[in-house]
Amino acid sequence: MSTDRTVAGSPRPLLELRGVTKVYGQGRAAFPALRGIDVTVQEGEFVAIMGPSGSGKSTVMNILGCLDTPTTGSYLFRNTRVELLSRRQRALLRRHYLGFVFQGFNLLARTSAIENVELPLLYRGEPFRQRRSSARAALASVGLDAWETHAPAELSGGQQQRVAIARAIVTHPALLLADEPTGNLDSQRGREIMELLAALSREQGITVLLVTHESEMARYAKRVIHFVDGFVDSDHRNGGSA
Amino acid sequence: MLWNSLLLAVRAIRRNVLRSVLTILGVVIGVSAVIIMVTLGDGATQSVKDQITSLGSNLLVVRPGQRLGPGREPARAPNFKAEDAEAIASQIGSVAAVAPTAGINVTVVYFADNWSTNVTGSTSAYFTSGNWRLASGRFFNDTEERAGKAVCVIGETVRKQLFGTQDPVGSEIRVKRFACEVIGLLKSKGNSFGMDADDIIVMPLRTVQRRVRGSDDVTGLQVSVKDGASRTHTIDAINALMRERRNIAEGEDDNFSLVDTKQIAETLSSTIRVMTMLLGAVAAISLLVGGIGIMNIMLVSVTERTREIGIRLAIGALEHEVLMQFLIEAVALASFGGVIGMVAANLISVAAADAIKVPFLFNPRINVLSFVFAALIGVIFGYFPARRAALLDPIEALRYE
Repeated sequence: MSTDRTVAGSPRPLLELRGVTKVYGQGRAAFPALRGIDVTVQEGEFVAIMGPSGSGKSTVMNILGCLDTPTTGSYLFRNTRVELLSRRQRALLRRHYLGFVFQGFNLLARTSAIENVELPLLYRGEPFRQRRSSARAALASVGLDAWETHAPAELSGGQQQRVAIARAIVTHPALLLADEPTGNLDSQRGREIMELLAALSREQGITVLLVTHESEMARYAKRVIHFVDGFVDSDHRNGGSA
Repeated sequence: MLWNSLLLAVRAIRRNVLRSVLTILGVVIGVSAVIIMVTLGDGATQSVKDQITSLGSNLLVVRPGQRLGPGREPARAPNFKAEDAEAIASQIGSVAAVAPTAGINVTVVYFADNWSTNVTGSTSAYFTSGNWRLASGRFFNDTEERAGKAVCVIGETVRKQLFGTQDPVGSEIRVKRFACEVIGLLKSKGNSFGMDADDIIVMPLRTVQRRVRGSDDVTGLQVSVKDGASRTHTIDAINALMRERRNIAEGEDDNFSLVDTKQIAETLSSTIRVMTMLLGAVAAISLLVGGIGIMNIMLVSVTERTREIGIRLAIGALEHEVLMQFLIEAVALASFGGVIGMVAANLISVAAADAIKVPFLFNPRINVLSFVFAALIGVIFGYFPARRAALLDPIEALRYE
């Protein structure tokens, strides 16, 4: 529904899905998860993707996260056709432009918070000092400055998700993908995480894409896309709410 | 990047200390088994060489009679005469010296102490051909030899039994019915092939013949070969000469035998070398088994850490980085095991060498070789699990429970 505007100073498209389909399996067992999706997201947007299970929201998330490629159609990330990239190039794209937050936190066990946050920087080959100070800053920005040396098992669910968010933003990604980030948290912790994501979007200008099935959490986004049966059912902007 | 992979690997190892220790145990045992076997083998070889050298290098021993083979009757062979020794010395050019010997077991007495020992009569050539050194006193001289004087040089064991810690030189001991002056004490040689080389009394040949044995027989000839001379030629020449002097017709068997100590030394050391290699090879198999242990644990580790690998791949780790991480983890484990094995092996070898009374010889080659082999095993057995980790699909891996 968004139209591309290329006027200087106005939003540029960060990513575009054009006629994307995804079919799992082959022959009779073939199952179409996505049946032709066209979505454009501008730089700096905070978008929530909603839909019942099986609606294709996880599939679209994997494609947007460059973990998977569409069966047909095109995915443009900053005007690069992702479906034409090799596995290695997609890994590099993830490394430099994307940040991930998962439902299950997915932190490395028995590894301190700061070492978890450092991990993406390690793969970028940043030197130790720089790595440490960036990780420290990221942990501070999610309000966990005092918990650097704690292992995940010593942190509450909400704190673990904050560490995961710190790990996702430590590289200053262009796009932050959050897959049901509040799914394993109680509603109070969930709201805190959503506020944190909203603040990151607002203050650091990070584009945030959120998959959720809780409409309460989707309210924090500025734009909500509903998926049903592999199609975009609705795509509207939230008025007013932060 | 390599440094980072190393850091990641070390962190992963540190996260599960107990399992890491158990994993490397196989390699530790393998490496130390190889090193211990080879080190002790080296020590045993050295010990044989030392013992042969203490017997006298380049020594040929001629004895009357044949060594018995299967089904052979002990032949009653005549003893030698002192002239045989002179004939060998004068007629064979490659011979440095010949010492005729006449030995007998006798009980010797000093005051209240008595000791049964081997009394050997010989010439002064005996001391040079047998590599004997003096601890104190002197050897007997030609005059004493010719006159058959009652003088003797005693070994360390005899000294200990009769004199304790006292200096025996100048004292008189009783041998049979005569008194014999101790003029020298031999420097200790220790054990050679299970026999106490120091349990000996040496007297002039004539003294033993006349006053101890009561015959002018010579029971053996010790021939030392000149340095650089051909041993086989010398042996052939002695055989021919002795056959002639003992009137052995052509086609008849020798009624004497010739033992080449150097030959024995070489045979023994090569036997030990083969044994060492065999034991080392068996130990190397245990090292291989240790490697399979590492592969096993690495495979478990990859399965167990599927989610972790998924996270790493999602974050942007490249295939070869994940491969390197797991490979380095395996190599680090194996090498660490190698180092521990090396240290343990050398400590155990020192103790074991002392226990079985062989010298401890540090063998840098086998140490380096075992370590490299251990690291190599890490690479070989780590590669398969590492590859499996690297090729995981990040979506599947992240969903793995």
